This record gives sequence, C-alpha cells and structure tokens, in this order.
Amino acid sequence: MTTNGWIQIALFCAVVLALVKPLGAYMTRVFTGERTFLSPVLAPVERGLYRVAGIDARHEQTWLGYGLAMLAFHVLGFLLLYAVLRLQDVLPFNPMGQSAVAPDLAFNTAASFVTNTNWQNYGGESTLSYLSQMLGLTHQNFLSAATGIALAVALIRGFSRASAKTVGSFWVDLTRCTLYVLLPLCIVYTLFLVSQGMPQTLGAYVDATTLEGAKQTIAVGPVASQVAIKMLGTNGGGFFNANAAHPFENPTALSNFVQIVSIFALGAALTNVFGRMVGDERQGWAILGAMTVLFVAGVAVTYWAEADGSAVLNSFGLTGGNMEGKEVRFGIVASALFAVVTTAASCGAVNAMHDSFTALGGLIPLLNMQLGEIIVGGVGAGLYGMLVFVVITIFVAGLMVGRTPEYLGKKIESREVKMAMLAILCLPLMMLGGTAVATVAAAGLAGPANAGPHGFSEILYAFTSAAANNGSAFGGLSGNTLFYNSLLAVGMLVGRFFVIIPALAIAGSLAGKKTLPASAGTFPTHGGLFVGLLVGVILIVGGLTFFPSLALGPIVEHLAGAAGQTFSTGG
Amino acid sequence: MLNQLRPALVLLLALTAVTGLAYPLAMTGLAGAIFPAKAAGSLIERGGKVVGSSLVGQTFTGADYFHGRPSATTAADPADASKTVPAPYNAANSSGSNLGPTSAALAERVKGDLDALKAENPGRPVPVDLVTTSGSGLDPDISPDAALFQVPRVAKARNLPEDKLRDLVAGQVQGRTLGLLGEPRVNVLALNLALDDMAKR
Repeated sequence: MTTNGWIQIALFCAVVLALVKPLGAYMTRVFTGERTFLSPVLAPVERGLYRVAGIDARHEQTWLGYGLAMLAFHVLGFLLLYAVLRLQDVLPFNPMGQSAVAPDLAFNTAASFVTNTNWQNYGGESTLSYLSQMLGLTHQNFLSAATGIALAVALIRGFSRASAKTVGSFWVDLTRCTLYVLLPLCIVYTLFLVSQGMPQTLGAYVDATTLEGAKQTIAVGPVASQVAIKMLGTNGGGFFNANAAHPFENPTALSNFVQIVSIFALGAALTNVFGRMVGDERQGWAILGAMTVLFVAGVAVTYWAEADGSAVLNSFGLTGGNMEGKEVRFGIVASALFAVVTTAASCGAVNAMHDSFTALGGLIPLLNMQLGEIIVGGVGAGLYGMLVFVVITIFVAGLMVGRTPEYLGKKIESREVKMAMLAILCLPLMMLGGTAVATVAAAGLAGPANAGPHGFSEILYAFTSAAANNGSAFGGLSGNTLFYNSLLAVGMLVGRFFVIIPALAIAGSLAGKKTLPASAGTFPTHGGLFVGLLVGVILIVGGLTFFPSLALGPIVEHLAGAAGQTFSTGG
Repeated sequence: MLNQLRPALVLLLALTAVTGLAYPLAMTGLAGAIFPAKAAGSLIERGGKVVGSSLVGQTFTGADYFHGRPSATTAADPADASKTVPAPYNAANSSGSNLGPTSAALAERVKGDLDALKAENPGRPVPVDLVTTSGSGLDPDISPDAALFQVPRVAKARNLPEDKLRDLVAGQVQGRTLGLLGEPRVNVLALNLALDDMAKR
C-alpha cells in the first residue's frame, strides 16, 4: 500500500461527496415537477410524449397502480429486447455478420438487462451486432436505470407525504428521469470518453498487420455511447467481453477515475433527494454516512489484500502485489477501488478480473453484493434497499425501548416490518438456494474453471451477483449453458421484483399514514447513534446469513493459500 | 393492467427510438466530427498500412523487440469450433485468465515464465507484470521496470549500446495522470515503433 494509493482513494471520496448536493438539488427539481434549465428544450418533447401515449401528467397512481405500470413496461421491454437479440442476424447494423443469439442466452441477456443486472454470459464483441448493442442493450441501460430511480422516488414520497393515497406517476417519473437526468449527462459523458480514446464508430472491425507481420483483428464499435449510460445507470454490461478492463472501454487512468465516480454519482445524490423531499437534509446525510462507513472499510480490506498479493506467487520471490487479471495503467489501487465500488453499487462493470483477486480481496465484492448492494447501491435500488434496512433498524430500536417505532414522523408497524423482511429474505434464498442447487447438480458442477474452494466461490459469486442484480462475475465460470442461463435469469428476476414490490407496498402504506410531530421520546435519526445502529443491523443480518458460505469459499481459500496449498482441476 | 398497455407501449417505443437509435447515432456523428482518429480506434499507420491501435496491445516474440505482458486471450480452434486454443492479444475476443490465487495452473505458468526471464537477465528482480496476464489480455502497457528489464536482451539482438536503449525507454515513460491517478507505464507498441525508427537513422 502506498501514500499515492490512499490519496487516490481519498480524492475519489471527496469528488463523490462534492457532487451529492448539486446533483441532489437538480434531481429533486426534476422529480417534484419544477422547471429546470433544460425545460425550454425538453418540456415540449415531454408534453408531446404524454399526448401520444395518452398520459395525464397530473394523474397519480396508488402503489399498486405504480407497480403494475412498472411491470407492464418491463414485460414489453423484455419482449422487445429478446426479439432484437434473436433477430440480430437479419436486422441492420451488423457489419461482422453475427448470427442470431441462442434462445437460452437471449432469455438470460434480456432478463439481465431488464433487471439492471447486466450479467455477461454473452461475449460482447464476439456475439452481438451493433444494433443489439444500441437498440437492445443501450436502451435497456437507460430504462432499467430510470425505473430504479423512479421507484426510489416513489418510496421517498411514501415517507414525505401524509394521509395520501398516491405515490406519483410511474410514467412521468420514468420519462423525466430519462429526458432530464440520464440523457443530458450521457451526451456530455460520451464526448469525454471519446476524447480519452474510446471508439464510437459503426465501421467494421479493423484488420491490422502487426510489427512482426502477424494479422490482428481489432474489434471496435459504438462503444462510448453505451459505456456512458452503463456506468451512470449502474448497469455494468460491457461492450466488450473484458468490460472496463478492455483498453477501448477504459483507455486512461482519467477515464477510469471518472467511470468510478459516475457509478456512485447518482446513487449518492439520491440520498440528498431523500433528505430534501422529507424536509430535512440531515436524514439523507445520515444514510450516506452509514454507506460511507461500510464502503471505506471494504476498500481498506481489498486494497490491503491485493497490495499484499497471493501467498502462492509471493513464495516464488515476486513482489508488487497481485497483478494477475489487472491492467498496468490502473495498477493495484485503482483496480481494488473499482472492484469495491462496482459491487457496493449494483454496477457490475469490472476493470480487473475479480476471479483472479486474492481470496480476501475477492471476499469484499462478494460480501458487498450479499448485503444487498445498499452501500450507495444501484441507482434507486441502493436507496430503497437501504430504506428497507432503516425500517428494520427502527423496529429493533423500538423493541429496545418498548415504544412503537417511528421514522420521520411515521409509525412503523407490522405491515412495514413484514414487507421489509420479505424484501431482505428473498435475496439469501436466491443466492444460497441457487448455490446449493448448483453444487449438487452435475450441470452446475460442470461450470467452475478453478478447483477447490475457489470453484465454490465462482458458483456462489454467480448466484449472488444475479440475485443482487450486480452482473460482475468470477468469470472463469462457464455460465453460457442451459442450466446457468436459466437458473441465473430466475435469480435476477426474483432479486429485482421481490424487492421492488415489497418496497412499493411500504411506500403505499406509509403515504397513507399521518405524520406525527417529534416529541421528547422520538429517536433522532440524523445522528451518529442511528448511523452506528444501522451499520450494526446490516452487518449482523448480513453476517449471520452469509458467514457460512464465505467460510466455505474465500476464507478456506485464504488459509489454504497461506499454507502454500494449490488446487488443480481433474486432480 | 390493460389500460396500462397504451402508455407502456408508446413510451417504450418512443424512448427506445431516442435512447437506442437517435442517441448512439448522433453521438457517432458528433464524436466522428470532433475526434475522428480516436472515434475510429486510435489506429496507427505506417506506410499506408494499419499496424495496430495505440490503445491495444499486440504480440511481440522476437528478441529484437520489447515484449508486452503474457495474454490469456483465446480463439476458436480451427480444427473443432466448439473448443478454443490460446491466441495471445486476440483483439476480437478480450478476456483474462480467470485463474484464482490457489490455482495450480497459475502457479505453474508463473513459475515457468519466471525461470525463463531469470535466465535472460539474472541480475535483476523480475517485475510482476511480466509474469501475470492482464484483465483484457490486450494490455498495451508494461511498467517502466518491465521495459528496463528487457534492455540487455534487445540491446544484444540489435547490437545497440544499452545506455541508448535506456534513454529510449525513459523517453517513453508516461507518468501518472495529473501526477496522481493510475500508475507509470510504457506503451509497448509506441516503444517498439520508436526503436525501429532509431534503428533506421
């Protein structure tokens, strides 16, 4: 570990924190329907869209109506993406003549992008046409991100409104998020990425003759426009197989820094939107505070583990940390930081291969996802995931003092706690249940590329990443099989919708309640005590649920590696 | 749910047209106009022929060139399309080795490369990036140490003084961005092109 490394980490935190207030203020204006500096251009477009779609922008929906609208939109989006992938061989923008995507892979990829997971069983440059990348993946990157943010805003309205029946209009939230927030940011961001060397072309792959006379085919494409939304929308699905480790998908140290900032930017700013909409910005900062504590702890462990390197390779006299699967232009610190950020948020882009991380360096990304990606988290999804934990924390605090728990003047009662538990429990069910099935089924055991505990970690990582809607992988696992394509797709769908629907139900139930004035007995939820309690509840729930699985994978592997033991496949 | 169908369908199609077609196509036009060379992939031409991209690594095996890092990329086996064969720096199929820290295969590979490099330059410790594969398999860079490590071999093969090559490497080192971000590095293709230019003079 070096001083420069810690300065890079500190600079990252400072830049993200500096963006929270301006972005939060702007997004609050967007979602409360106020005018913004883009309104003169975008308001007529917005009105036109509503007219054609038959939407009355003033008509709001109940939590159930909001949820049904969201589901209808997703079903159609899923079908459209599936169709584009299956028909890419006969559709335009296919200069490399890619054939149609196989049914199970198309199902997996469609589920993956609709749920904002972006698991890569597809090979990017070797599987997809440019049309599939643009019309298929780029547009779902926008819409699944906008959906996440819309749902978080609906839940915020649940807290901020009193005796209300409705939580907003899904159509309006979706449209405004896409037009006013995501699209303008992406236009500027794309041009920055191209200025760093990222290709943006519809031309075919380039054939080069290397200095030694060999032929090298270099894949290019409309990369920058997709990467911009892939990062801002915490989608993470790569244009190329190697994702952000590919020099075209992350050309410079600066493009790398901006990419990790952009993973966190909108998610962190949403805590400020929350504070502003409930009328007390400190409430947002408290939540961001809890996220920051967990984040910094994770970065410290992964950076230390990667800088220390693998015990097996170090025994050969190598120094300089674990560089297997990492790029020289990023080095240890920027790779470790990227890995923790991408799994704290539900991004899943990678600039280094997590599969080749040290055992403990890879444990933190795994744990980040198992906790439900609430450390800033996916755009929107992180905030509503964290608010679910807040409900549980408030409930635990209420039990301690024997008082009906309250949060922001709302009584937290049996319905809210039940819904919160439902959302929290569906994740371990899919993560651990899926892993259990795959470790006994022959088709599951055929997947891992590594032997021993690392092979188990590969399976665990896959189901964890799918259910948490992350999309990063221990990439050695051969996931493009009927077994994994289907089972992981189910994990993604359950992990997305069985958290969203209970969260919306909480929103609806809270919106209908009266807001009680704070009294001397009210537990203040903007201070250090609350932040500490929240962090404690998250770690206890996560630790109790997942420690056994981590013990079988990364922890055993760390101890075996320290003892100099290696594992070979087929031996 | 039926009354949700019209807004769902219209919004999906309209927003798809905007974000899935208008946006990437407009960006392609704009990027091509402002940064034409970068948008096309930062290609390098010599004598009218494309010799590579300044951002994508390529294979060097001869003793008279500086070598990049080992690469784990593969290609379809010409004999059996369902299998793959090693194809270093295959820029149409990026990937890492995905070997974990306790993999026997990784340990064997590193040990083998390490012994070969130690034999080539016994006096210096082997830089870690010369025996590890990159995440993409297309890493265009090596560390300054890794370039200096190879100077004796290249000097011998080209019959050039080592001091001259060390100066050449020093001139090719790119520092951290703003003195802060990333790591110092040397672009292998740029270094080898400079080496060829030097030899011609």
